[in-house]
Amino acid sequence: MRDISFMAATLEALSEEMAKNPRIFVMGEGIGQRGGNFKTTHGLYDIYGPERLCDTPICERGFVGMAAGAAMTGTRPVIDFMFSDFVLDAVGEIINQIAKMQYMSSGRLKMPVLLRGCIGIGHSAATHHSGNYYPMYGHFPGLRVVVPSSAADAKGLMKTALNCDDPVIFLEHKEILSIKGPVPDGEHFVEFGKARIVREGTQVTVVALAHMVHKVHQAATKLAEEGISVELIDPRTVSPLDSDTILQSVHKTGRLLIVDEAFAPYGFGAEVAARVADQGFDDLDAPIRRLNGAFAPTPYSPPLEAAIVPNVELITQAIRDLLDE
Amino acid sequence: MNTLPRETVLALYRQMQVIRQCEEQLARSHQRGLIHGACHTYVGEEAIATGVCAHLGHKDVVFSTHRGHGHALAKGVPPRELIAELFGRSTGCSLGRGGSMHLFSPAVGMMGTSGIVGPCILQAAGAGYSFKLLKTDQVAVAFFGDGAANNAAFHEGLNMASIWKLPVLFVCENNQFATEVPSSYASGNPAIAIRGVSYGLPGIEVDGNDVLAVYDVAGEAIRRARSGGGATLIECKTYRTRAHAEGMGDFTYRTREDVEEWKKKDPIAQFRANSEAQNTASAEDFAAVDAEVQAEVAAAMKFAEESPWPEGVTATKHVYCEV
Ligand SMILES: Cc1ncc(C[n+]2csc(CCOP(=O)(O)OP(=O)(O)O)c2C)c(N)n1
Ligand SMILES: [Mg+2]
Repeated sequence: MRDISFMAATLEALSEEMAKNPRIFVMGEGIGQRGGNFKTTHGLYDIYGPERLCDTPICERGFVGMAAGAAMTGTRPVIDFMFSDFVLDAVGEIINQIAKMQYMSSGRLKMPVLLRGCIGIGHSAATHHSGNYYPMYGHFPGLRVVVPSSAADAKGLMKTALNCDDPVIFLEHKEILSIKGPVPDGEHFVEFGKARIVREGTQVTVVALAHMVHKVHQAATKLAEEGISVELIDPRTVSPLDSDTILQSVHKTGRLLIVDEAFAPYGFGAEVAARVADQGFDDLDAPIRRLNGAFAPTPYSPPLEAAIVPNVELITQAIRDLLDE
Repeated sequence: MNTLPRETVLALYRQMQVIRQCEEQLARSHQRGLIHGACHTYVGEEAIATGVCAHLGHKDVVFSTHRGHGHALAKGVPPRELIAELFGRSTGCSLGRGGSMHLFSPAVGMMGTSGIVGPCILQAAGAGYSFKLLKTDQVAVAFFGDGAANNAAFHEGLNMASIWKLPVLFVCENNQFATEVPSSYASGNPAIAIRGVSYGLPGIEVDGNDVLAVYDVAGEAIRRARSGGGATLIECKTYRTRAHAEGMGDFTYRTREDVEEWKKKDPIAQFRANSEAQNTASAEDFAAVDAEVQAEVAAAMKFAEESPWPEGVTATKHVYCEV
C-alpha cells in the first residue's frame, strides 16, 4: 500500500493496462504530449507514442463516433473528454450507437469503449464546466456508469473498465482528483456493482458518490462526537447499482438519506429511494430523504456556487432532521 | 493608405486600448486571486473585434466563445461590467453568475460568450435566420478560433448560412493554436478562409493584426449581409501573446522567440506608428486617448472591487422565465 492521488491512481491503471494490451488507445484533446488537461495521460505519450495517444481536433462528436467504429473492429478506445460537459455534442453517438450496438447486433458485436471525463461543481468553473451527468447516463440500458470517490476505487474500477467489453462511462469529480489515499500495490481490480461501506454505523444510512462521499464523511465524523452513528455507503457504480448493500444497511438503521450533488428530479437519489421503498419498505422507520444540488445551472460567483451545493453543515442538519423523524 | 477620418482612427485605437488595458488588469487580478474561474485573454488579437464591431449597431448581434472579453467590450459592454463580472460581483454584465466564459449583455447586442467551443457559429446562423424572416437589416457575427473551425458546428453553420443566404459574418480568429495544439496538426488543410468556398460563401483571409485591413474586409462583408447578399467567412491571421489561459504554462509547445517575434506585430503599436507616420493622427492625440482609457479602466477596477457580492439566495433565479 502507498498513498497516491486519485488522478495518479487512474494513470497507473491506464498505463498498466496499455502495457498489457496493445489494442488500447486513447483519444482526446491535449492527451498526447501535453499529458491531458487533468494529467490523465501524463508521461504515456513518451512510452506509447502518438498513435496510441492520439491528440484530436475539437470535434467531440467526430472522435466519439470513431470510437464506436474502432471498438467494433478490434481495438479498445479510451475517449478522454477532459470536461464531461464538452461531450454533450456526442451524446447521440453514445446513446444511439455505443450503448445500443451490442443489442442491435444481437450480441455479435462488442463495444469495449471507455469514455472518461471530469464532472462536478467547484472553483467557479461555471455552468459549462461543472456538470455531473451520471443520472443521465445511468438512465440508458447498455452503459456501465462509474463514479469513484477514492484513489483505490479509481484505480480498481479503471482496471475493470479497461477489461470490460461493455461501454463504460467513467466520471471523475474534479474536486477530488488530487486527494491522496492508500492504493494496493500490484494488480487491483474493483468489481462493478459492488458498493463500499465507507464508514459503519447504526442509526442512519447515507448513500453518496464522488465528492459527496468526502463531505458526508466529514459530517459523520462531527456527528460521531455527539454519539450519532452514521453508516456511509458509496455505490461506486451507478449502473449497475448495488441495491443489496444499501438494503442491508437500511435493514440495520431504519433510516436513509441520499446526498447527491446532481439534480434531484429523475435522479440517482430517486432511483435509490425507489428501490428501497420497493424492497425495504418494512425496514424503514422514517421517510427516505434526499439532499441534492440546487435545480439550476451552476453559477460562477463563489457565494452563488456555494449556495447550490450540499455542504457539511447542510448534510449534518439533514442527518439530524432525519433522526428526529 | 489609410484614408479614414481622424475620429475613426482614434476610435479604433481607443477601442483596442480599452481591450488591452482591461486584459492587462484582468491578468494581474487573476494573479491576485480576484478572478475565480478560468480567464482567457485577448491580448494580441484586439484588432479583430475592434475592426469588425466598429461597423455594428446595437441591434446587430455578436455570439462569442471562451476568449470573449474583447468581443464584449467592442460590442459595447462597459469595462466596469466586464471586470465586475470576472470578480464575481452582482454588478457584472451577467450579475456574477457567468464569469469570463459567460458574458451577456443583450441590450447592446452581446448575446453571450460560451464555455463550449462551437455553438456561437450556429447561434449566429440562427440569428441570421430571424433577421431574414423578420426582414430587418440586422446582421449577426460569430467570433471563434481556429480550433472551432474543425468542429462540426462550423461546417454545419456555414452550409446553412449559405443555402439560406443569411446575414451573418463568421469571423475565425486564427491564432494558430487550440490550447496547445497547432492548427497545422489539427487541420488537414490549415487554410481556413477557403473553406467558405466549399460551402458557397466568400472566404477572405486577412491580417488580423492590422485593424484597418480587418475594418475594410468586415465593412464590405457586413454591407453585403445587410443588403441580402448572404454570409461571409473571414479568417483573421493572428496570435495570442499570453498563455492560453492565465496561470497556464506557455513554452512547452511554442518558444519565447515565437512569442517575441509576434509581439513586434502588436496590432496597437503598429496601428499607432502607421497612423502617426501618415499623419492621420498625432502622438498627442494617441497620448490623450491613452490617458483617458487608463482613467476609465482604473475607475472600472475600483468599481468592480467595491461592488457587492451576489446573494446566495439568488442562485436559482432565472432558471425559467418570470412573469
Ligand atoms: C466542445 C469543447 N471542447 C473542448 C473545449 C476545451 N477547450 C477550451 S478552449 C479550447 C481551444 C480552443 O481553440 P481555438 O478555437 O483555436 O480558440 P483560441 O483559444 O485559440 O482562441 C479547447 C479545446 C471546449 N471548451 N469545448
Ligand atoms: Mg486558436
